[in-house]
Amino acid sequence: MAQLRGVGIGLGVAQGPVARMAAPLPAPDDTPSAIGVDEERVRVQEALAAVARELEKRGEQAGGAAQEVLEAQAMMAEDPTLTDEVDSSLAQGKTAERAVHEAFASFRAQLEAVGGYLGERAADLDDVAQRVIARLQGVAAPGVPEPGHPFVLVAKDLAPADTALLDLDQVLALVTTEGGPTSHTAILAREKGIVAVVGVAGAADLADDETVIVDAAAGTVTTEPSQEELTRAENRANARAAAAGAPLTDGALADGTPVPLLANLGNPAGAAEAVALGAEGVGLFRTEFLFLSASSAPTVEQQRVSYSELLAAFAGKKVVVRVLDAGADKPLPFLNDAHEENPALGLRGLRALRASEDILREQLTALAEADQLTKKVGSGADLWVMAPMVSTVDEADYFTALAREYGIRTAGVMIEVPSSALLAEHIFAHADFASIGTNDLTQYTLAADRLLGSVAGYQDPWHPAVLRLIREVGAAGARTGKPVGICGEAAADPLLAVVLVGLGATSLSMAPTALADVRATLLTHSLDDAKRVAEAALAATDAATAREAAQTASAS
Amino acid sequence: MSEITRTVRIGSSHGLHARPAKLFAQAAKDAGIPITIAKDAGAPVNAASILGVISLGVEHGDYVTLTADGDGAEAALDTLAELLTTDHDAA
Repeated sequence: MAQLRGVGIGLGVAQGPVARMAAPLPAPDDTPSAIGVDEERVRVQEALAAVARELEKRGEQAGGAAQEVLEAQAMMAEDPTLTDEVDSSLAQGKTAERAVHEAFASFRAQLEAVGGYLGERAADLDDVAQRVIARLQGVAAPGVPEPGHPFVLVAKDLAPADTALLDLDQVLALVTTEGGPTSHTAILAREKGIVAVVGVAGAADLADDETVIVDAAAGTVTTEPSQEELTRAENRANARAAAAGAPLTDGALADGTPVPLLANLGNPAGAAEAVALGAEGVGLFRTEFLFLSASSAPTVEQQRVSYSELLAAFAGKKVVVRVLDAGADKPLPFLNDAHEENPALGLRGLRALRASEDILREQLTALAEADQLTKKVGSGADLWVMAPMVSTVDEADYFTALAREYGIRTAGVMIEVPSSALLAEHIFAHADFASIGTNDLTQYTLAADRLLGSVAGYQDPWHPAVLRLIREVGAAGARTGKPVGICGEAAADPLLAVVLVGLGATSLSMAPTALADVRATLLTHSLDDAKRVAEAALAATDAATAREAAQTASAS
Repeated sequence: MSEITRTVRIGSSHGLHARPAKLFAQAAKDAGIPITIAKDAGAPVNAASILGVISLGVEHGDYVTLTADGDGAEAALDTLAELLTTDHDAA
């Protein structure tokens, strides 16, 4: 056996055969054909037809909107203009592979030149080209594998387009060679409760069908496991499945100290699942979904309907709504369409809203109206509203005053920037509460763009510098008697959740699928334990040793 | 039989992209006679070519000219013109 190391997502363990997501094929060499024009033409026709039939078949299986896309792709493969181009390349003595590559590339360039919506179709075209070339070369087509049995997916990193095609029922575990704990893969794994270890550089050498154990709790992938190891992993997986059925008690420590466990939601549609998994409310409701697909801002009325649906789903419970957080990874044309060299440091979050105050005022209006409406019919929730990316005391004052002007009773801020963490006590002079966004706080503390794969290694909320900033906020909250919530990915890591409580967090909000593991882990630590584990992590010099120190302190 | 042409205004609210482009190219192919489509005064492309049709970048409200030659050209253009003036994205 050998152990490969990465960053585990959650506490799960799984085992099974590897299926690799093949990397994109390189452009075929431009060498003269050795078999002649006629032979090459036969090869091309066979490959184009076979790919078209396969895409049509996949379309029939998929149905719905996916079928439309796959059928359009099948038509691209047999497009008459394309085959004309291929034929003329073949006539110049090129190979089938090269002719196909060049013909698709020329259409791709045309589509990209038109831009916008058509530019997106370029990806469909690439996919068809890769399938045809793979068929000509007799290799596996790039993209999500379909081995026909459950598998451990090994990939460089997953793009949203890949995961849309992924049949999650077949995926036993995810292993990526790149990407950190906030990568798209990690977020997907947390949302869907899939066992995952990300950033496993050594996984690049795993072969198809080889059996591995993926242990998210330890952050390891075990190759050539012994029978004993396989049995142990299976027992653990079974025990964990049993624990998931444990009673849905309110979040609390071993000594009874309550730590409300809340859900991160991006859409009112997720409310039922969150309640079923024992969420005691919503700690972060992202309102971007209302805006991201729109070319103009939604109306007050559209917003009010959505917010009312959310509040009614959590009647009598706490619901923390974050006003629009645009910019950086989620640009909105009507809010800020200026090109920025460093969007993470640019006009984003509350800064962008302050520059387009109408949008903020409309959102506060809709929230206050939804609050009143739901209360009137007896399905009201305890509505808290907060602003994203607050970096100065003045911004905290500005936002909370504006929110109260609209009748929002509990107004707070997100602490995602070191400046706010360090001045938390002054911020609490204005804000009724704070919620720490650990993903951005880590990005800004370590000065590492969380969207950039080359610096993904820095994006680890266990870093003691991040923990020290959280301690500042926790202490300020305790001195002023204000609640301090956590709503980043960090709260979903069970041991880190213990550390966060030890640092002064009074509630934890996470993807609903993470609630069971965090609930179980909190129940095994008292408040004194949590403080001791937090001290051990704070004393470390980097993220890895902080994690180890906490593990040791937690076990003693 | 001589060549016939027809100029129509695009009714689809998202122009002649993805789904409408596919429906159109499929119908042109099924017609079984040579048909071309041109945007404004631009160069005509094979109407049965989804890539050709998409790369025209036709938007809602644009005018396109269809040209057909052969048996049933009149009926084929009727069908295609109707497809182009219908808003397929309305549903």
